[in-house]
Amino acid sequence: MNGRPLRVLIAKPGLDGHDRGAKVVARALRDAGMEVVYTGLRQTAPMIVRAAIQEDVDAVGLSVLSGAHLRYFSEVAQGLRDAGAEDVVLFGGGIIPDQDLPELRALGVGRVFTPGSSTREVIEYLREAVAAQHS
Amino acid sequence: MSERDRGAKPLPRRQGSDGEGAQARVTLSGVPLELVYTAEHRDGAGPPERPGEYPFTRGIHATGYRGKLWTMRMFAGFGTPEETNRRFHALLGAGQTGLSTAFDLPTLMGYDADHPLARGEVGRCGVSVSSLHDMEALFEGIDLEGVTTSMTINAPASAIWAMYLAAAQRRGADLRKLGGTIQNDILKEYIAQKEYAVPPESAVRLVVDTLEWGPQHVPRWNVVSVSGYHIREAGSNAVQELAFTLADGRHYVQRAIERGLDVDSFAPRVSFFFNLHNDFFEEIAKLRAARRIWARWLREQFGARDPRSWTLRTHAQTAGVSLTAQQPLVNLARVAIQALAGVLGGTNSLHTDAYDEALALPTEEAALLALRTQQVIAHETGVANVIDPLGGSYFVEHLTDEMERRALELVAAIDDEGGVEAAIESGWFARRIGDTSYQEQCAVEAGERLIVGVNAYASETPPVPLQAIDPEVALSQARRLRQLRAQRDAAAAESALRELRAAAVDGRNTMPAFLSCAHALCTVGEQMDVLRAVFGEYQEPVTL
Repeated sequence: MNGRPLRVLIAKPGLDGHDRGAKVVARALRDAGMEVVYTGLRQTAPMIVRAAIQEDVDAVGLSVLSGAHLRYFSEVAQGLRDAGAEDVVLFGGGIIPDQDLPELRALGVGRVFTPGSSTREVIEYLREAVAAQHS
Repeated sequence: MSERDRGAKPLPRRQGSDGEGAQARVTLSGVPLELVYTAEHRDGAGPPERPGEYPFTRGIHATGYRGKLWTMRMFAGFGTPEETNRRFHALLGAGQTGLSTAFDLPTLMGYDADHPLARGEVGRCGVSVSSLHDMEALFEGIDLEGVTTSMTINAPASAIWAMYLAAAQRRGADLRKLGGTIQNDILKEYIAQKEYAVPPESAVRLVVDTLEWGPQHVPRWNVVSVSGYHIREAGSNAVQELAFTLADGRHYVQRAIERGLDVDSFAPRVSFFFNLHNDFFEEIAKLRAARRIWARWLREQFGARDPRSWTLRTHAQTAGVSLTAQQPLVNLARVAIQALAGVLGGTNSLHTDAYDEALALPTEEAALLALRTQQVIAHETGVANVIDPLGGSYFVEHLTDEMERRALELVAAIDDEGGVEAAIESGWFARRIGDTSYQEQCAVEAGERLIVGVNAYASETPPVPLQAIDPEVALSQARRLRQLRAQRDAAAAESALRELRAAAVDGRNTMPAFLSCAHALCTVGEQMDVLRAVFGEYQEPVTL
């Protein structure tokens, strides 16, 4: 970590336009001292992976409220592995049923924050998860 | 213990003891509140208002809900057209009085179910409709002259509406007898919901095409439903919702008049759609203020002479954004209270959210409970017996005036920014909504705002059953599209698309071409590709 601020990419994959949560989380992470890149809408998995590599981020957060979360988490996880960036923490949030959490975990996805989560939880989680990756 | 229960921390601080009860309070949109309201707060108020009379603050009908109860219209759609058709029949069988269609994201964005961008999204958050065949399956066995149908569709609104009209024509229905609504409010897509395709100026032109064509050919159809709902869901407060929505409506009226349309030829077919959030009296005041402002604008600024042009008719929906994933059954209480605010505010049509919508699309049982909530309000509580029962309340009248005053200030700020389209392109709306939603989140996390089950009274609850979406939907929809493209008259489809392109390029009204495309079995994606080629694709400025 070497004292450098955490760098986080917040991404909106696919056609979903619900961006309230993604923007709130991005601002909260920034206010917590992290460096945040927000992709904007309509990103494909290759675009997200490319941005993660270019921006040399520690973590990638995907926000999906459209029900297409399994597709996008799977594609981004695979893309990060293919790019040799499996140490990047992949996490996310949205309208995601509990029953899909085991499958997401098996894909290598860390925490998934659903409605009602606090930004403090996201901040604490990222600090711990990124530290664990670098230890 | 589930992941979401672990996240909720009980909050130690609690308001309401004697010493704290008198401290400053504000509404959700920041209107300061007195402890009590008296006649002093009505000093300078105008003459008493009456329902059914200009400016319609107290409601648009002189007979209120006795003359016509609000329409119980549950938004529904998932999976294939056949699956959603079964849900429609179930809701109608349960006493629903109007239909409301939720389309999936590919349809909303104007992509066919077999487009690469549609992968993983087909049928997920609504029903997949790519062609006239899908539309016919969606409304199979439903009397289209006997029911009114609302369709939440915006970027491809003309194409989807034309498919509905074509489906009705093929069954021998008379377009002049069809009633319903297309949302067709593209401005709020750029501001909030983000399901846009072409740039704003061209998209508004397509809306004006429908305002010109609709009242002549489908006179009972509401051609635009100017929507604050999504603006609120994106994180705005009630004042912003009110101001941005009315400014959008005014923008369509201005553009239509600029084309040379008589305001009274189309204004009666413009309707509205508002959110019903948690702040009970503020929501009631918002609906009352909306009717008053719209009536004044239409009569005084636009010179409308037909009283039907002055009246703001509105659908309302309880706030999806207020639903919690924690203790989901508690959402039943939130929805009931929000719906009551809608009724006391005089909504003309109502959707009640299902308790499980912070987790997934609603199950049939959850949707039925939401409908039953409206039926309890309508038939058991007695609130529908008297028009605008809160009219004359010192507090509600004061709050109505305050919502009006604050909304008009914000509308003036939009004008200073150069109008709605300029404020979209500069990211003005996005910044304001982003600021408000972030402040709201900070207030919740600081414990200044309590949300039951989230930052107060957290407890574990057993999981609720959730609606699953059949993963085969994408395959079956793709198969249907392959058959359609193989079997249709290819020359007729190409000719219809050429005609659409010509109308778009030449500036002629596009609706006749959309109707020809529907009959020629052109797909939603093919028609939207024509528009994207002619007008270009919109990219929004990224703002945080």
